[in-house]
Amino acid sequence: MTMAARLLLALLFVLPALAHADGLRGTGNLGLVVERATGSVLIVDTTSRKALGRVEGLGDLSHASAVFSPDQRYAYVFGRDGGLTKVDLLTATIAKRVVQAGNSIGGAISDDGELIAVSNYEPGGVRIFDAQTLDAIASIPAIGADGKASKALGLVDLPARRFAFALYDAGEIWVADLSAPETPAVTKLTGVGKLPYDGNVTPDGRHYLAGLFGEDGVVHVDTWQSPLKAERILNGYGRGEEALPVYKMPHLEGWAAVGDKLLLPAVGHHELIAVDLRSFAEAGRVATYGQPVFAVARPDGRHVWVNFAHPLNDTIEIIDTESLKVIRRFAPGPAVLHMEFTPRGNEVWVSVRDADRVDVYDAATFAKKAEIAAQKPSGIFFTARATRIGQ
Amino acid sequence: MRRMAMRSRLWRNAALIFIAAMASASAGDVAPDATRLSSLVRQDCGSCHGLTLKGGLGKPLTAEHLRAWSSEQLVSIILDGVPGTPMPPWRPLISEADARWIVDRLQQGNMP
Repeated sequence: MTMAARLLLALLFVLPALAHADGLRGTGNLGLVVERATGSVLIVDTTSRKALGRVEGLGDLSHASAVFSPDQRYAYVFGRDGGLTKVDLLTATIAKRVVQAGNSIGGAISDDGELIAVSNYEPGGVRIFDAQTLDAIASIPAIGADGKASKALGLVDLPARRFAFALYDAGEIWVADLSAPETPAVTKLTGVGKLPYDGNVTPDGRHYLAGLFGEDGVVHVDTWQSPLKAERILNGYGRGEEALPVYKMPHLEGWAAVGDKLLLPAVGHHELIAVDLRSFAEAGRVATYGQPVFAVARPDGRHVWVNFAHPLNDTIEIIDTESLKVIRRFAPGPAVLHMEFTPRGNEVWVSVRDADRVDVYDAATFAKKAEIAAQKPSGIFFTARATRIGQ
Repeated sequence: MRRMAMRSRLWRNAALIFIAAMASASAGDVAPDATRLSSLVRQDCGSCHGLTLKGGLGKPLTAEHLRAWSSEQLVSIILDGVPGTPMPPWRPLISEADARWIVDRLQQGNMP
């Protein structure tokens, strides 16, 4: 064999590696779409507006949500059946999966990216896992002051390796400090109100708010205060009006923080309530087409997109946040379940469950730019969430 | 000419209204639509009770769990809700026959 032939042969062997190097890519424009009925997720690319692959075998994904590792390579998907699945977005494979409880409702990742917390209905409480290995580290059973087991929900991360969550049955809010992960230090705020159904933290990580289902009101915890205390805001916001039947619980995850205001869905009413972020007093209301489920702010805060509970769930309204007026209403299709903006807000992805489709809209002109086939899509989660507190 | 067009539009509208009335009259009488109802149960009831109906914020809807209630009680819970809990009244959206069909299927544990 001549020297030249040998060189050629060596080059041939190296070729696959070179091809692989060409395939190197970042993950900043990736995300996943939950396919709730089939227990699968689509890995999507927000630049090409295409699905890159499907990962199956994630269990019951009704009401599933996801958080991301700090490097934005891995998604942690929280399934209804207690499954916690670590998905590798680059290879579109399951990196690790554990079934950690019987029935669960979402999770969070600590600010340092080392701990995953999952909130569970059955058995009620929060369990903490190593984000690398998904090995169990600690368990915080949600036993209320009444001595009874409670469902835990509204779980979010707070700065300094803490998590906040609410006890649905007991009506409490707990803040858990995981500085020493094996021995969580839990601050319990009891008697905060009836049936807190969801909670979230402001984008700066300071104010935790929990919506109440059992009464007209919202609970506010300013996590900068010591000792921590729970204060009631928006008391009796539906006073004088009979609450309508609620066919889908609203979500505070994805509430709209815009400038100096928060826009929250009012339970049992066709409106959003604006809350002043300094005084936490009501700062206005927006009448909407139906009962809001998600109110999602465009990242620049100019517009808020709102979807609605069954049976008005084919419609989206867009609200101008300066005038607090609805500027557009349209019907993307049957069962609009979720909306997610691209990181800088130029586009918004909308899951239309019963049309088996995700639609991509231009966030400035509202024109539809693409349709992506998906099986019964629900939640849409982009990797930019990795950089945000409470997501 | 204009009147003709107007009249034909009137007739068309009348025909449409008639067809709509027929459709809604028969909706109450004929057997409940299994596809529509099972999708309602799995997708919409499922948002609280779980897609597999094993429970969530709402109680499990498994045959075993539902044994504690009679059919009549369950039909009434579906139609009128449970005050003080998030279970809403579904009467504005489904008929009594629909509710009975759902209860039967859930009690038998064979929701499609």
